[in-house]
Amino acid sequence: MILPYVIFFLAFVAYPLTFSIILVFHRWNIVTPMEWIGLKNFERLLDDPLFFISLKNTLVFLGIHIPLQIIVALGFALLLNAKIRGRGLFRALYFMPVVVSGVVVTILWQQMYSYDYGVLNSILHALGLGPVPWLVDALVAMPAIAVMATWKNVGIYIVLFLAGLQTVPRELYEAARVDGATPARQFFHITLPLLNPTVVVIIVLSTIGGFGLFIEPYVLTGGGPMQSTLSGMLYIYNQGFYFSHMGYAATLGIVYAVIILLVVLVQRKVVEREPE
Amino acid sequence: MKSLLRYGVLIVGAVVFAYPFAWMIAGSFRPELEIGELGLWSRHYTLQSYDMVFSKIPIGRAFLNSLIVSCATTVSVVLFGSMAGYALARLRFIGSRALYVLILFTMMIPFQIVLIPQYILMVKLGWTDSYLGLIAPTMLSAFSIVLFRQFFLAIPQGLIDAARIDGATELTILFRLIWPLSRPVIVTVAILTFMTSWNEVLWPLLVVRDQSLMTMPQIVTLFTIGGGSEAHLGSLLSAATLLAFPVIVAYAFFQRYFIESMASTGIKG
Repeated sequence: MILPYVIFFLAFVAYPLTFSIILVFHRWNIVTPMEWIGLKNFERLLDDPLFFISLKNTLVFLGIHIPLQIIVALGFALLLNAKIRGRGLFRALYFMPVVVSGVVVTILWQQMYSYDYGVLNSILHALGLGPVPWLVDALVAMPAIAVMATWKNVGIYIVLFLAGLQTVPRELYEAARVDGATPARQFFHITLPLLNPTVVVIIVLSTIGGFGLFIEPYVLTGGGPMQSTLSGMLYIYNQGFYFSHMGYAATLGIVYAVIILLVVLVQRKVVEREPE
Repeated sequence: MKSLLRYGVLIVGAVVFAYPFAWMIAGSFRPELEIGELGLWSRHYTLQSYDMVFSKIPIGRAFLNSLIVSCATTVSVVLFGSMAGYALARLRFIGSRALYVLILFTMMIPFQIVLIPQYILMVKLGWTDSYLGLIAPTMLSAFSIVLFRQFFLAIPQGLIDAARIDGATELTILFRLIWPLSRPVIVTVAILTFMTSWNEVLWPLLVVRDQSLMTMPQIVTLFTIGGGSEAHLGSLLSAATLLAFPVIVAYAFFQRYFIESMASTGIKG
């Protein structure tokens, strides 16, 4: 019964893991024989400005995406967490971008971000503000992608926050009101601490997802302008499948995996609170 | 007054999240000149853009490919995932505990590590440009096994013992007794797997170069960046609509299941 999994595990988990550890010590273009080069791949990585740029870009993405996601998701969850007509419908509409392919979402936002015809610049124009070169300016492009990714994923996190809010006991709010606590104080002293597990889950999930950022820059900007949207995943893809640097791409993969695990560990340490 | 404000924000939100899709679908039927406008209506709805997509890329074939890949993946994950989940929940065998820990551990491996070697494996096996290459690496998922195991643990042991006394094999017990009781978890795993598989684009980009084997998201991606659309916005929107359509229809019917399934992925941290 467990046999199919064992076969699957050996072929598609254990073998690739082992092989990637072998790969990092080699130079290989998949056609000619592998060449042992010791730690050269790691030396090269430390000397590779593009690696650091891709790491910085990914961190910029996460730095905007995660807080934005939490704020927007929590805001909508709080609004929905009341006696509301059509609550199911609202939730279903907010969730729609989650189920649709990232390619579709990217095509839509490509239009919205269009410099000359996009909705966003039309709205800005109506407000008397200048057009923003969303995807052309190296400073704006990555934040623009982070906003788009938030739009795509926030539905899941609204649902998670809603589930979290249901677990907050009503009596706590009543007691707080009797004590004369303002709604703001109630939020910061009751709601937020009790939602801590949900916040941790959201941060961890969007960090792992964010390090996998690929299709959005691939379609939208190809990593530009001036490498400003070259994400870690896109860089691994380019090294492996564009330049056929298999050994180096595998090295990047391992280094990124270690970075992801470290980031998640640090986040948990910082954000997670013991339940009181 | 306060509730008015609440509804106001919620409605603005609904427009922000849903209107682009309405615009996309409407735009795919509108003549090129009108698409730039923000409205949805037109007196001149046309299938022009669709004609263009169908003549430029084999999108019908891509639809079929995606359907084959997603269905095969889903059947495999439900079948083998539930077998493994049952074994871990209900059978005693040497190393079962260790195996479960191992499965939990594999869930934490970032896919960045295995991507390159998995691709190389496909090349070595000669599975690039084949359905096998698209399907094989996703035929099982650790997460589905964990979900199945969790659900099966709650099924009363008495039922299973009774079936065993009647001489049922473990596979009969799983498929005849457990499966009918496990609709919720089967639906969850099936929806998650199908959706992920349907929307997957990185892996097909790697293993398939032959246009006749490309999946929907892959061919639409290449159509978008490869200039096949020749700046013809309508054809882009029709390609995107064709890609999104099956998921949107399925979502319209089963949205509750979709939302619950996706939410369950967040429960594990």
